[in-house]
Amino acid sequence: MKKELRLTVNGQPYELYIKPKTLLVEALRDQLGLTGTKRGCNESACGACTVILNGMAVKSCSILALQADGGEVLTVEGLARGTELHPLQKAFLDYGAFQCGFCTPGMLMSATALLDENPKPTKEQIKEGIDGNICRCTGYNSIIRAVTAVVKGEYKEEK
Amino acid sequence: MSKYSVIGQRVHRVDGPEKVTGGAKYTFDLVLPNMLYGKILRSPHPHAKILKIDTSKAEKLIGVKAVVTGKDTLGRKQGIWRRFPELCDEEILCREKVRYIGDPVAAVAAIDEDTAEEALDLIEVEYEPLPAVFDPLEAIKEDAPQIHEGVELNINVTRHIEWGDVDEAFKKCDHIREDQFKCSSQAHVCMETHDAVASFGYDGKLTVWTSTQSSYYIQRLLADMTGLRESDIRVIKPPTGGGFGSKFELDSAQFCASVLSMKLCKPVKIVLTREEEFTATKRRTPMYYYVKLGAKKDGTLLAKETRVITEGGAYTAMGATALYLTGFFSSFPYKYPNYRYDGYRVYTNTAPTSAMRGFGAPQSTFVGESQLDMMAEDLGIDPIEIRRKNGMTPNYEVPGQAYIQSCGLHQCLDKIEEHIKERGKLPPNRGIGIAAYGFMSGGIFNWFDTPYAFSAAIVRINIDGKVDLFTGACDIGQGSDTTLSMICAEELGVRLEDIRIHSGDTGICPADLGAWGSRETLMNGNAVKMAAADAKRQIMEFAAAKLGANIVYDMDIKDRWIHFVDRPERGVSYFDIVKEAIRGKYGEVIIGRGHYTPHRKGMISPAYSFGAQAAEVAVDTETGRYKLVNVTTAHESGTVINPVGIEGQLEGAIMMAGGYGFCEDQPMDEGKILNPSIADYKLIRSLDMPETKILEIDTYEPEGPFGAKEAGEGLTNPTAGAIANAVYKAVGVRINDLPITPEKVLRALKEKKKKIK
Repeated sequence: MKKELRLTVNGQPYELYIKPKTLLVEALRDQLGLTGTKRGCNESACGACTVILNGMAVKSCSILALQADGGEVLTVEGLARGTELHPLQKAFLDYGAFQCGFCTPGMLMSATALLDENPKPTKEQIKEGIDGNICRCTGYNSIIRAVTAVVKGEYKEEK
Repeated sequence: MSKYSVIGQRVHRVDGPEKVTGGAKYTFDLVLPNMLYGKILRSPHPHAKILKIDTSKAEKLIGVKAVVTGKDTLGRKQGIWRRFPELCDEEILCREKVRYIGDPVAAVAAIDEDTAEEALDLIEVEYEPLPAVFDPLEAIKEDAPQIHEGVELNINVTRHIEWGDVDEAFKKCDHIREDQFKCSSQAHVCMETHDAVASFGYDGKLTVWTSTQSSYYIQRLLADMTGLRESDIRVIKPPTGGGFGSKFELDSAQFCASVLSMKLCKPVKIVLTREEEFTATKRRTPMYYYVKLGAKKDGTLLAKETRVITEGGAYTAMGATALYLTGFFSSFPYKYPNYRYDGYRVYTNTAPTSAMRGFGAPQSTFVGESQLDMMAEDLGIDPIEIRRKNGMTPNYEVPGQAYIQSCGLHQCLDKIEEHIKERGKLPPNRGIGIAAYGFMSGGIFNWFDTPYAFSAAIVRINIDGKVDLFTGACDIGQGSDTTLSMICAEELGVRLEDIRIHSGDTGICPADLGAWGSRETLMNGNAVKMAAADAKRQIMEFAAAKLGANIVYDMDIKDRWIHFVDRPERGVSYFDIVKEAIRGKYGEVIIGRGHYTPHRKGMISPAYSFGAQAAEVAVDTETGRYKLVNVTTAHESGTVINPVGIEGQLEGAIMMAGGYGFCEDQPMDEGKILNPSIADYKLIRSLDMPETKILEIDTYEPEGPFGAKEAGEGLTNPTAGAIANAVYKAVGVRINDLPITPEKVLRALKEKKKKIK
């Protein structure tokens, strides 16, 4: 029996009919075609599927889509404003904070949620903020430098 | 000011904008119309005969479109060592026998993954379990079960390397050490698991999109296994979520998706689960090491003898190369006048072991650098000094093996010495350990038996001056698309944004062996540089005519401006000349070709990178736990083409190699990997990551494009050894088997206390 799900993703409202067992990551990727969000493990251990649900970073493989009913989801596709990249995206480019890029969407969402909650985190808090996201390529330090650059105001968001 | 306008600049990756916005489409993201989903049934036994496979129930399940077993294949065994048929020993879909837990026996295609998964449960396989053996030291015994028919003592490959007179030299040594070490396995843990979308049509052509380090190898190996003509198979590598050595052999996702698609004439997608990734793909080769090292009182190393037994797992894979390279790099980065290596790769009923970043050298460097510190202590010599005394220098020949041109090892050691001095006196239970290393810039090996150049590139200049660069090089995240585009732009005299790279697609790109052995910058870089120079020459012909150049004047292109070298203000726009040149060629675009295969460069590699690393640890003597405080690396890789890329390789290598020394492990019970998940397989996360410092040393490699050489795998070599030496410096215990876990440190500390009492 499929159930109705109402979800706003990146500002766009959707109505979906899905199997109750559908995970949020499956609804985003398979139903809505938002493949920016990745899956690396399916057991909320790698963080590649991190999205922001109602202002909080969540691993979208760890909750059912129906648990997000009525909620607002932000995925990596919703970070840029039109063609203007989000400050974190610009900083990731400048600081080489990614290589293969597979963890990057999740990493960006964890960092976004961190800065939304605490715009002036310390280095240790930045490390804590991305500790749930595995990156096998970069060794994290370039990511920490990129987030730090945003915290220091190197990238002013244009209003 | 730099003489280069693109090389050495801090640029955005060419694939960056798509990767930070979620736009990059990996194989994992691809969906084709009418596509089916595949799953693979794997052996639960480490060693068993297959008596019967009954797929009838699975076939009847609604939604299942096909079930295939070994009977649906040509019954061929495959392997990447194609010149040596006896080493092509892996069927992928096993017909008679399974040899490890995870060996594939059947595959299903269905309308969705759930249905395919359900169908797997309905396949009935009757096995007759056979005695199994898991440890190479057991497998090599007379009475051990035979894993491959006709392979005595389960010895898969042996390698011998020797120069000088080792036995005589030992007689002249003042001090000799004999030690044993054990190097553990390691999982690659690519963030994108192995996956493939295969699409075979009624036209008899197969297209495979896959996450791979070598689209050319996969094309050729699929041709071997399916009987299709090589050129009827097109392998396309979309953005790829990491490789690290795990993705240049034919894998079960690629093969099973292809076999299913050929049966159905529909696209089939297979994505390995994380558990399959851990248990049924290949992994770093575990090794047992015995080493004998002899020196004079003053620290001059006279002789080294190394014997290694590696745990091969069930199949050859790339393990034969790991066996060779660990033997060769055991001599690195020092000038041993006398050296002998004997390596044995032994089959076991465990997941096959193969290539992983560093390819045998992280093991040999851990062993060699640990033992060298012990030797230095025995002789009362400073660890830096003993390395300086014996370290390789430019223009050194490894007797009968290799010729080293550029080498900045001594500058690296100087920098590391300065760094250690700067750290000053350390608090108690803290120590800094060092390790020196070297690595190759691509291998001069052709076990694959390719008739093509090792690397090739085509440059096409279009009417608007935009340059299409075609190359079989595979960007798996390491950044070769960016580095090669930079080389192309520099050589041609245009900007990076003028280049559009097309890579890793066998349908349109010339063959390249792919991304392994740290070969892309040097080998493909040379091919790209040659192709760009070829195209540039054609443009310059028109420019010289246009400008009425005196024959004695030199001309060049810089930043899209074609000019006289001595009077740069006199010139003409690159864009204008391109338009005229194409008109002058009756409308044909300008095409430049380039290729590279190393010649007269010894047996191993055309060039070697070097470095030295210092790891600082703080040990808690109550628990044995220790923290990686700082890892500082002095590294030389010739001319730096892409500085952001090098930083990323270096810091990333510390995460991976630090993990190898510090926490990553794959414990097994009766051939079953006990931690096949990211939750249970411990990786370095951001909170464990040490501070990293890079001390870049300038060198110039005559064989490399613009003087460049490798900066990928070599960086994974030193860290485990540096950690071992640091723990010893900190608390005086020496751990000879990896990984250096808190349990081992604590146990060693207790032993030490007992001895003192």
